This record gives sequence, C-alpha cells and structure tokens, in this order.
Amino acid sequence: MRVARNATIVVVVLVALWEGYRAAALALGNTWPGSSVNLPIRVTGSGNAQTFPHLWEIVTALGRPYRGGGETLGSFLASGVAYTLREVAVGFVLGVVFGFLLGVLFCHSRVAEKGLMPYVVASQVIPFIAFAPILVVVFNQIDALPVWSGVAVLSMYLVFFPVTLNTVRGLRSTPATAEELMRSYAVSWWTRLWKLRVPAAVPYLFVGMKIGATAAVVGAIVGEISAPSSAGIGGAIFAFGRVTNNAVQLFATTFVAGLVGITAYLVVVGLERVTMRYYEGPAGQR
Amino acid sequence: MTSGQEQIVEQGVARESAQETVVDPIVSTRHVTKRFGTGPEAVVALSDVTFDIAAGDFVSLIGPSGCGKSTLLRTIADLIEPTDGEITVNGTSAHDARLARHYGMVFQQATLFNWRTVRRNVELPLETMGMSKQERGRRSREMLELVELSDFANKRPNQLSGGMQQRVSIARALSFQPSLLLMDEPFGALDEITRERLNLELLRIWEATATTVVFVTHSIPEAVFLSNRIVVMSPRPGRILAEIEVDLPYPRDDDTREQDRYFELVTEVRETLRRAEAG
Repeated sequence: MRVARNATIVVVVLVALWEGYRAAALALGNTWPGSSVNLPIRVTGSGNAQTFPHLWEIVTALGRPYRGGGETLGSFLASGVAYTLREVAVGFVLGVVFGFLLGVLFCHSRVAEKGLMPYVVASQVIPFIAFAPILVVVFNQIDALPVWSGVAVLSMYLVFFPVTLNTVRGLRSTPATAEELMRSYAVSWWTRLWKLRVPAAVPYLFVGMKIGATAAVVGAIVGEISAPSSAGIGGAIFAFGRVTNNAVQLFATTFVAGLVGITAYLVVVGLERVTMRYYEGPAGQR
Repeated sequence: MTSGQEQIVEQGVARESAQETVVDPIVSTRHVTKRFGTGPEAVVALSDVTFDIAAGDFVSLIGPSGCGKSTLLRTIADLIEPTDGEITVNGTSAHDARLARHYGMVFQQATLFNWRTVRRNVELPLETMGMSKQERGRRSREMLELVELSDFANKRPNQLSGGMQQRVSIARALSFQPSLLLMDEPFGALDEITRERLNLELLRIWEATATTVVFVTHSIPEAVFLSNRIVVMSPRPGRILAEIEVDLPYPRDDDTREQDRYFELVTEVRETLRRAEAG
C-alpha cells in the first residue's frame, strides 16, 4: 500500500511539473519574466509537430490511428514491442550465458583474466552506437540467421559485461573457511565450482542480470534504429523522429519503450525473488 | 572402531610388524617451522614444533592470539604447507592424509551453506565422495541423531542458533567417519553458557565415536575441561612451551568443573602462559 501511495505521489508530482512548465512557458511567451532570455525548453508548434504536448495528448495518441486511418498507434506499437522483445529475450539469454561463462573462465585463470579483461573493457568503451550499424549489416549478410539476429547480438553485447563482472565477484565471494572446507575434502576444481562457488555467486549473478535486463532493451532499440529493416520499437522511434517528425507519436513510443525496459527489469526481479526463496529458505528474506 | 580406522591399523601392522604392541601416533610433527614472507619482513609463525598425538587423544592447542596454534592445525590439515619439518597423519604425509580424507574439520564459523538444508549440509562431504543417495541419507540421519538435531534436518542453517549451527558443522565433519577431528576455536564465537553445554556435548560425541580430536582454543577452562593433554604455545615465534597432562577422569560432567584438581590444572596452564609472557 505504501509503495502504491508513494508511486502515485511521484506520478502526480511529475505530471504537475510537466503541465505546470507547459502552462507557464506559454503564458510567459517562452522567456523569463521581464527579460528577453529564452526558457530552457521552448513550447512551440501545434498538433503532432509541437515540442511540448499535453500529457493526455500523448496518451490518447495511442488510441488513434497513427497514419491516415486504420491501425491505431497502440496496436502498431504492440506488434513492435513483440518484435523487440524477441530480440531482447534472445540477446539477454545469450548475454547472460556468455557473460557467466566468461566469468567462470576469469575466475579459473588469472592469466585469462589479465589477458582478456582489457579487450572486454575496450569492447565496452567503444561508442556502441558507432559500430551498431556495422554489426547489424554483417549479421544481415548471414542468410542462415533471421533478420533480427544482428540486433539480438547487439543486445547481448551490452548484457554480458555486467554479468561477467558480477559473476567473477560472486565466484570469489566465498569465505576463506568455505574454501578450506572444500580443500579438506580434496575435491576437484569442478566440484568446488558447482558445490560452492556457483551457488555463492547466485545473488551476485542477479545483480548483473538486473543491470543486463535494462541494457538488453537499450541495446535492442539502438540496434533497431541502426538497422535497415526499421522494425520494432526502435524502428518506430526512427520513423516518428527522423522521417515523419511526429513529436506526439515519438513521445508515446518513448513512453512505451520505457515500459518495456521496466518490464524486463521486473521480470528479472521476479525471477530473483523466486530463486532466492528457494536458495536461502524461509529465513533468508532480505 | 570404524572401517577407516581398521584399515589404518592394518596398514600400520603391515608396515611395522615388529612393533605391533606400540600404538603409532595418529599425528606426529617433527621440527615443523612456518615462515610467512621472506627476508627481514618474514614472520615466523611456527618454530621447531615437535609433538605426537596418540589415537583416541583429545589434545588442545592453547595460547594467545598469534601463537600459531591455528597455523599448526592447518599444517596438520595440509591447508598450509610448513616451511620446514615433517608431519605425518595416520602414518602417511599430511598431504596424502588429506587426499584420503583422514580428518574432518570444524572452524570457528560454522561455514554452513544456506542454499542447502541442514541434512544436505551434513551430506556435502559424502556427495563429493560419490556416495549413493540412500547411503548419504542413512549417514546424515545417524549424524544428526548423534548431535541431537534430527528435528531440524529440513531447516536451513540460518534458521538455527549459533550453537546448533556448530553442532551441524560437527555432524558434517564426522559424517564420513574420519579418524581425526580438527577443530579451530569451534566455540569461540558462542556465549559462555552455550559453550559449556557444547563442551559436554563434544565429550559425549568424542566418547561415542572414538575419534581423535585436536582442538584449538584460547580458553583455559575449556582446554582443561575437554582435553587429556594440553599443548601450551607462545607467540613470536610460535613454539611449544609445555605439554600438560590432564588427569581428570572421564566421563567428565558439570561437577568436574568444581573439582579442586580442575582448578589446580587451570592455574597451572594459566601460570605457564603468564611465565612465557613475562620472560
């Protein structure tokens, strides 16, 4: 109840700020009172081309046809969400698996970690947007793979890094006595990994997965914006932002993209809750 | 006698048939030295430690922090390699003894895994040995009965009190019936009342299983109450000051703690430690 109340307060405040600013800017003619200095954001235009539409215009745009009649924007975006979610799901799963395996490798071998980590870090500091089109184009050349696979790979690309870092940290989080205990049993590296280190890494893995879930959505949308197929939510953002310059529809699409990101995050949070309940037992609630 | 012990005795007889009446020490250390680091920065944790532990003994290693008693325990467990000297456990090197799982280990922290139930924590070493599920179940039931925690088999460790957790840890260490139990300040984190109760419990388990116990502690009353022999150590460098025989008869109980002889022995250990500090 408290959470619901707080969320409501936040929404009300944000709506008031948005509409308040809009009303004030219009009343003041987009300048600070008594001067000719412009306000940070100018409220201009009308209809679909305005820079600062009413919030209800954005929401109701979802129920109206998005071009000339026929399909509503909401239904158009729904199919876009379905398209994007497939890329997100595939990219997320691949990213988690790859990131986890890389983490295990780094934990197993300091040499591998020292040797490969600089490249892994380099891969993440290169501006993602710069090579997204290259990757999408390259994957489009591979006939055996579906057209969306390039975008899924981009998504995976953003997912694996936080998963790797948190996996390494989790695998190394075991207390010294737990390691000594396993050593006293004279077990193999694999047994120690499966009986001690991987279970110990589970809470850390979820930290990586939560970061990865939102990154997967960002990766997929940026990938779609760069992709020639222009499908999915990213395709819609590209179309409304660059092609038709429809601000209201762009705002509405961005809003939906935000919902997709939150949903992806909440799915992982739900998975975490279920797993941790099993993992820590009834007394382990945190 | 466990099958493991029978096997060891047989090996001992085969090797030294001439001295079959002499009981081989289960643990023997010869001039064990451990230095951490090198050069002028090196810390000598153990210096020329030589002593024997006979099968069935309850031996306490006692001394102030930094006297190397935990290090000594870990060299016996082959968790730390000594810089110099030799250690034999059950007639083999400490290393081979670890590979053959001749000892069970109990730490100050119970070191139980919350993702496993109490029962499956006890079964952990058995799983790593590839024992069948049925046999594991039988052993863990037996062990939890021994430490009187049968009702908690399906609970998680974090639902248990500190003392109960430590009893699970003991059950786990004994589940594969090792001939030697190595304990590193197992009750050090517990309150005095729980500690005294667990001392009684440990003696009962020791008598029931005929396991040899090496027990690290910095509590003088605990060492006197439990042990038949106390090895007193002093720090910088860690070395053996004295070995004190505890001639209080077993089985011991709460009355033992009120006997004159008990107080004499506590005083003796205390004065030995104090002399080391002064000189």
